[in-house]
Amino acid sequence: MTQAEIPTQAVVVPATPPPHHPEKWKWYDYFTFNIDHKVIGIQYLVTSFIFYLVGGLMAMAMRLELATPASDFLSPDLYNAFLTNHGTIMIFLWIVPASIGGFGNFLVPLMIGARDMAFPKLNALAFWVTVPAGMLIVGSFFFGGAQAGWTSYPPLSVVTANTAQSMWILAIVLAGTSSILGSLNFIVTIWKMRVPSMAWDQMPLFCWAMMATSILALVSTPVLAAGLTLLLFDINFGTSFFNPANGGDVVMYQHLFWFYSHPAVYLMILPIFGIMSEVIPVHARKPIFGYKAIAYSSLTICLVGLFVWVHHMFTSGTPPWMRIFFTISTLIVAVPTGVKIFSWVATMWGGKIRYTSAMLFAVGLLAMFVFGGLSGVTLGTAAFDLHVHDTYYVVGHFHYVLFGGSVFGLYAGLYHWYPKITGRMLNESLGKAHFILTFIGTNLTFLPMHQLGLQGMPRRVAMYDPQFQTLNQLCTFGSIVLGLSLLPFLANAIWSWSQGPKAEDNPWNAKTFEWTTASPPIIENWEVLPVLTEGPYAYGEESAEETEAVNT
Amino acid sequence: MQGTIESNSDLPTPAVEASGDVAHHEEHPDLRVLGLITFLCSEGLMFVGFFTVFLVYRAAAAAWPPEETEVELLLPAINTVILVSSSFVIHLGDTAVKKGDVAGLRKWYIVTALMGAVFLAGQAYEYMTLGYGLSTNLFSNCFYLTTGFHGLHVFIGLLLILGVLWRSRREGHYGPHHHIGVEMAEIYWHFVDVIWIVLFTLIYLLSIF
Repeated sequence: MTQAEIPTQAVVVPATPPPHHPEKWKWYDYFTFNIDHKVIGIQYLVTSFIFYLVGGLMAMAMRLELATPASDFLSPDLYNAFLTNHGTIMIFLWIVPASIGGFGNFLVPLMIGARDMAFPKLNALAFWVTVPAGMLIVGSFFFGGAQAGWTSYPPLSVVTANTAQSMWILAIVLAGTSSILGSLNFIVTIWKMRVPSMAWDQMPLFCWAMMATSILALVSTPVLAAGLTLLLFDINFGTSFFNPANGGDVVMYQHLFWFYSHPAVYLMILPIFGIMSEVIPVHARKPIFGYKAIAYSSLTICLVGLFVWVHHMFTSGTPPWMRIFFTISTLIVAVPTGVKIFSWVATMWGGKIRYTSAMLFAVGLLAMFVFGGLSGVTLGTAAFDLHVHDTYYVVGHFHYVLFGGSVFGLYAGLYHWYPKITGRMLNESLGKAHFILTFIGTNLTFLPMHQLGLQGMPRRVAMYDPQFQTLNQLCTFGSIVLGLSLLPFLANAIWSWSQGPKAEDNPWNAKTFEWTTASPPIIENWEVLPVLTEGPYAYGEESAEETEAVNT
Repeated sequence: MQGTIESNSDLPTPAVEASGDVAHHEEHPDLRVLGLITFLCSEGLMFVGFFTVFLVYRAAAAAWPPEETEVELLLPAINTVILVSSSFVIHLGDTAVKKGDVAGLRKWYIVTALMGAVFLAGQAYEYMTLGYGLSTNLFSNCFYLTTGFHGLHVFIGLLLILGVLWRSRREGHYGPHHHIGVEMAEIYWHFVDVIWIVLFTLIYLLSIF
């Protein structure tokens, strides 16, 4: 048809509006290739939570094995497979998809006043690509499971469990593809689809965090894909990229791997920082302190974070100038991170804090993350790292950051947005029980690991010297507490989804756009798009009535 | 136009729609070109990864390429001329469709597709006549992996061009204001071309020195 036909036909359309979709999604819509960003967000959250349970059970099995110095619960090979896939699942199938895919997809369009992401079909595709990735990981256990650790350094990864290792590589490449597709979607969406009334510096900080995360994922993920492709060829097609006998270099793999996998640490924490910046002002009833500082520090972390990767390789024959350079760049990352921490503390200072479960997890995150961040500074210093490299000190450090940081943040986000996602309130008493158990369990499990590391216990080994037994049993006890801590959460989340009290549109009296629509949001997000009249954190400007309502 | 959107949602959609509130996925300007460019930035970095590996191993090697695994130069040079020219040819197709000349679009895209196919055939011929394989030595590892990965991209670009040609059969599918698909195939083809220029310089030309 020609251009001239368009006006006449356009007049006809409003008379018979085509039914784009049903009024409300049915339960089975959540199991299909659905292009609604909210459905995709929930698909990510639920799928990744299931993987979290799988990875958690693996962790508990490993902790049970480590209750005694001998290898009596898991065979050493199975232990290796568990530790490899525990790490892989928690990173690539839980924290990254839950925070970026889950919260990112659900919240970003709602926060910027868009009706969907820029590329809805691509968005759905990115989710469904992670499904075969998960299946490959699970399937690899029929071939012994990948056993070379989540880092899969050659030569170990080239000589152990070849089929399982290849499946592992394909799974990571698929997860990376999903991450790239999701990231370009976020960048274009945040850049181009904000409501016209929303300037960059009026955007909720979660969106700033997602922007930084997406840039980072776009830059670093392809390099990992390149490195893993070379590894796949080494394993299966007789190449020798990482085979020193034929001129290859194993350290090359480490560079390619860590060029992605250090930024991956920020992929796992930047969205969580975004969640923190949303949860804290709402529950402290105060405008966020240092909006621009928090927004730009995300971008700074993203930029500096690309130039610190060699701090994972201080013991890989790294020349001294490189150690100095990467020690300095690593310590610099602590600055923008500190800016955020201080801003959140300053936001709470003098606020009217409501100790909701979401806020408890956010405050818990602050404590845990500062601890993990400080041990990170010690590890980033080459002089210290040489002594504790590959010991339990490292394990303790990154679990404080990833569990005490990322997972606490995901819980804070779940408690905060559960009413918006499901339209039901969670039970606060169960939430608090969940928090207390998690907090105790985290510290019991991961704090003794620092001491174990300082005493010289190597990581990634199923058996250990009997002198380490007492502290290991403490860790194992803590992990059981952590396992139990999930029970109140699961009971709460499952029961409340159908039976919890109905949530209002804005149960927390928050100011960001997602709270202006129904709970759960209608399919097109809003009947009429919202207009920005005040900043996302303008809590000081409440009318007297609103303040009264909040205080009661 | 609008009546057909629901059944053909991959149609390029107008920037402004009368029923914006109902058909929300079409109410914003088309962002697909921006999305593609963002994706290609990321994809390009995968090549940067392979090139870096190549250069680092080159710097560490005593002879690069080693004896017995020298590269052929004439055929790849001809291939380079073909691929670089095809970037201009495909642009003629894009220019044609912007003037409403769909026949011109088809003509130039067919020529581009043929040039792409000749490039791939040339590469296959090169592989068969080189006398060494993927696993011969570290250089051949890098050589086959990088050129092969690029060849895969040429192949995908070829499929995109054939897709545009297939769709252009339908009357009115592409026009002066509906050519996002044409443009995206063109951008992808330019990307493949630019990568090849870098690749040709690094792997072939540098081997002279």
